[in-house]
Order: sequence, then structure tokens, then C-alpha cells
Amino acid sequence: MRFRQPSIIPGFGLTFSFTIFYLSLIVIIPIVGLFIKTFELEWSDFKRIVTGARFLAALKLSFGASLLAALFNVVVGVVIAWVLVRYRFFARRLLDAIIDLPFALPTAVAGIALTSLYVPEGWFGKLLTPLGVTVAYTPLGIWIALVFIGLPFVVRAVQPVLEDLSVDVEEAAATLGASRRTTIARVVLPAMLPAILTGFSMAFARAVGEYGSVIFIAGNIPRKTEILPLLIVFRLEEREYAAAAAIAAVMLTVSFVILLAINLIQAWSNRRFGNV
Amino acid sequence: MKLNRRNLIFTAALAASVQFGGIGFAFAQDALNNVSYDPTRELYREYSEHFAKVWKEKTGRTVEVSNSHGGSGAQVRSVIEGLPADVVTFPLEGDVLAIEQAGLIEPGWQNEFPAESSPYTSTIVFLVRAGNPKQIKDWDDLIRDDVQVITPNPKTSGGARWNYLAAWAYELERTGGDQEKAKEFVASIYRNVPVLDTGARGSTNTFVQNKVGDVLIAWENEALLSLKEFGTGEYEIVVPSVSILAEVKVAIVDKNVEAKGTREIAQAFLEELYSDESQKIFARNFYRPLYPEKVDSEDLKAFPEVKLIKIGDVFGGWAKAQPEHFGDGGIFDQIYSKD
Repeated sequence: MRFRQPSIIPGFGLTFSFTIFYLSLIVIIPIVGLFIKTFELEWSDFKRIVTGARFLAALKLSFGASLLAALFNVVVGVVIAWVLVRYRFFARRLLDAIIDLPFALPTAVAGIALTSLYVPEGWFGKLLTPLGVTVAYTPLGIWIALVFIGLPFVVRAVQPVLEDLSVDVEEAAATLGASRRTTIARVVLPAMLPAILTGFSMAFARAVGEYGSVIFIAGNIPRKTEILPLLIVFRLEEREYAAAAAIAAVMLTVSFVILLAINLIQAWSNRRFGNV
Repeated sequence: MKLNRRNLIFTAALAASVQFGGIGFAFAQDALNNVSYDPTRELYREYSEHFAKVWKEKTGRTVEVSNSHGGSGAQVRSVIEGLPADVVTFPLEGDVLAIEQAGLIEPGWQNEFPAESSPYTSTIVFLVRAGNPKQIKDWDDLIRDDVQVITPNPKTSGGARWNYLAAWAYELERTGGDQEKAKEFVASIYRNVPVLDTGARGSTNTFVQNKVGDVLIAWENEALLSLKEFGTGEYEIVVPSVSILAEVKVAIVDKNVEAKGTREIAQAFLEELYSDESQKIFARNFYRPLYPEKVDSEDLKAFPEVKLIKIGDVFGGWAKAQPEHFGDGGIFDQIYSKD
């Protein structure tokens, strides 16, 4: 296998060098630095940090809530994208623009707004408290913040694919005798799957690292409502930079493995259903 | 909503001070950076104006003071990592000691200014809702099952460390020095805490704006300021039987003033904190002055008589208390590692 497949487009050397240079500067060097910093720790210290009950609880909460939020966003995001692409209605453009708001809003503002809505005295909290549901300062609150910030990723990933998927294809399926359900399950969804996976992984990755919005609505009680990024902040405040780097390194590694798995599924689905 | 507006004013004032500070540099002959903690915004704004007048009279030169505020943990880190502070004015000795350990401040700074470099003090009190519906009178009410307590995280907030130590000191006093009982007592209080904010202002917002909790453990100055903002109709201050003497600390950042040649003005800035006029400014901003006899008796009425424990007497000073209680694996961590 050769390093580079032959191509008729010139300029590989220049653009490839630029890509490597740029990625090194922006992504690779900071991350390598993070891992190098981690190696300042003795092995026993590292082990103590990453096996502590509090760390493991935060790990479970951060990744668990992020996965659940991303899964929820997949369902809701696909429905919203479908509505925006397939139907024409009044104020569609406006609705379309609203989707991007979670991108634009400073996360702290989102966190404070969600918290004041969901505390027992807040607008939503007042309705939920009689039902015995507490949102603010519980894992449920964290999940809601993560759903909020992750939604646009799924919608924006799925939308262009749906737009390209011509209605003709569905009509063809119908004329060949497929029921509506079969058309969705065998024709539409497989075509959308790679985009859904992309949206899912972006929403998930963003949720794992999210700090600003979560910190206000999470109670930040150790082992109950404490997220991993907060543990990193505590370590920084104690000026234990190596310990902070260790937590970040573990987080990155877990995220990387999950994202890699998603990429592999995506590659498989591309082979299975053809590249869309 | 009112607090929102207050925050907005703070932010606007901060933005303005940054902006005008920048312009000021061009005109003022001298410049000074004061790095401080979160609730002192109003205090140092007023004090800086006062100091500018004093400096003008003394030397004929103009000065622009830039004050930086934030959670003290983060502020300490910024100074260590290179924020060019000429002076630091922090809520507790442990913060200055951290900068000393980083080699920026010479040892012995505690003796450079009167009263171990503490020009004013404060203490810890309770803020409760109007009418005190849960009848909260003293620290032992905070461990009741029906009471929700709001306090920030001592890992990130200097004020929260004083809250924690005040509760500890109360139980020691009550039991005649039983450390195990004190630990259990403090743990019981934290079991009643539904949310740990990262800073004192965050906790005030949770209590005042989001209406969460029955009692806020707060800086006396922050509690009095909340009362002033809201009037007495919504909140009340409850003074516990025992509290802690929160000794703030000021110091010159030796390495930075040597490099910038600003030692003289830094010295003058901190010395002036002890003048009669400055002591009056502290009292007006709800901080307990070092020399109450220099202050109008009207302004002293805000400060009730309360038995105040000194950290040096009970906890062996900050150099010992900080790692023991708030360090990695310290007692605060232990409280949360068992149920």
C-alpha cells in the first residue's frame, strides 16, 4: 500500500503539509502536552485518582447523562429535521433559525435560565413539584442542560441529508409495494443513518465536555451531582495540575474510544447501505 | 429580579472600569493593580477613589487603580501564573501563603502592616427568609432534617472555608474540644446542602433569586448588602452564638513591584487602609473596621456583638488548617466519601 493514492488533482504536498502543521498547532500539541503532564504523576497517585469512588461516580454521571441526552436528541432531532425539511408552513424559517440558539447562547446564560425555570419556585418547577419531580440540582437537571446544548448538532447533521433524499425515492418504494412503515425503516432511515450517527457523536462529545450550563443546574454534590469537568476545576484550584491533567486524559481516552466505535459503526453502515 | 439588576450594574461597572482603566493609563502618571476577592467590588471602588485623592495630595501625581475581583481560588491562581498584581487583598491568609510558596511574596509579609496585615475583618452570619419560618437561631438548627442550608464549595470559595470553620468552632466550643464530634457536626450540615455553588455570590443568588433553601451561611458584609438591596421585608439576619473572626490579609507582591518599580505606591496603597477615613469606608461597606473608635457610631450599629473565634487559637492558623481540612483527601473530602 502506498502512502498516497495517485490523484489528478495537484497540490497534495502543500495542502497536506498545511493540514499536518495546523492540526499539530491546534489539536495534537495541546493534547500531547496534557498526556505528558499526566506522566508527572507517580503510578500509585494516578491509580488513586482514577479509582476513587468520587471520580468513578462523576465518570458514570458525565458519560451516562451525555449518552442519554445524545440518544434523546437523536429521536427529537430527527423528528424536527423531518418537519423542517418535508413540510412547508408559516414561520418555518424562523423555527429553523431558533434551532441554532443553543449554539449562540453563552452556556452560563443557558444554565442560569434553565435553573431559574426548574427550581421549585420557577415556572416549570411549580408544575413539576406537585408531581414529585425535582429537576434542579439533580441528575435529571444535568440531563436537561445537556439535551439543550446538544439538540442543534443532530438537527443540523440530519437536515442536509434529508434535503438531498428526494421524495422520488419514497414514491418509488411505494409503487414497488412497500408500506409506509417499510419505506421509513428500509429506505429513509438507512440513508439517514450516517448523518444520525454524526449528529449523535457531536452531541455526545459536546455534552461530555460541557461545563458552563451544567454547573448552575447540577447541585455539584460529590458522588451525586458532580460532573467530571468540575473535578478538573477543583484540581486546578488546588494547583494540582498533574492530577487535573490525569482526569482530563482519562476523559479524553474514554471519549476517543466511544467516538472511534461510532466511526466504525458508521463505516460499516456505509458499506452496508452505500455511501449517502 | 432586583439582584439581576444588581449583577448587571456590577458587570457594567466592571466593564467600565476595565475600559476607563485602559484609557486612564494614558493620562494617569501612576498605575496600580489590586487583585482582590469576590464581594469587595463596591468596597475597593470607593477606596480607590479615596486613595487617588490622598496620593495626589501627597505626591502631586495622579494614579489609576485597577481592581480585579473573582473567587479567591481563581484569583490566586491568576497571580501565580503571571497576572501582574502589585498588591493582593484576599479573604484569608491561606491565599497569600499560596503566593508566598510560589516565590512571588517574601516570607514575613504578615509583619509589614499593623494587626498582622489585617486592616479590617468580617464574620459569618445566617440570612433567613422573612419571619424566620424555620426558627433558625444557631448552628445546631442547621443539622435539623427539615432545614435546607445554602453554602458554597470550600474547595473553590474562600468565604465557604470560613463558613465551614465557623461551624466547626461552634461544635468544639459546645463539646469542650471534641474534634470527632465537630467533624460529625459539620458533615451533618453538609448533608442538608442541596447545592454547592462555586462562589459566595453564586450561593447568594441561589438563595435570594432561585428561592432555594431555608438559610444562607454568608459573609456578614454580603448578608448586610442583601438586606440593603431588598429592604428588610424579605430577609432577616440571624447572628449565631459563636462565629469566626474572618481575618482578611493584604500584601505587596514583592517580585512584581520590584520588576515594575511600583513598591512605593503599593506600600502607600496598603498603608492608607489603616487611616481614619479608610476605616470609615470599611464600616460603610459593612466590613468590621480594625479601629472602631475612629468610625461614626451610627455605622457601627450594623455589627452585633458576637463571640468570635480566631483561627490561630482553634485551628493552628491557615498553614495547618488549609491542607488538613480543604486539601486533597482532607476532612472536607472525607465528609463526602462516606454516607
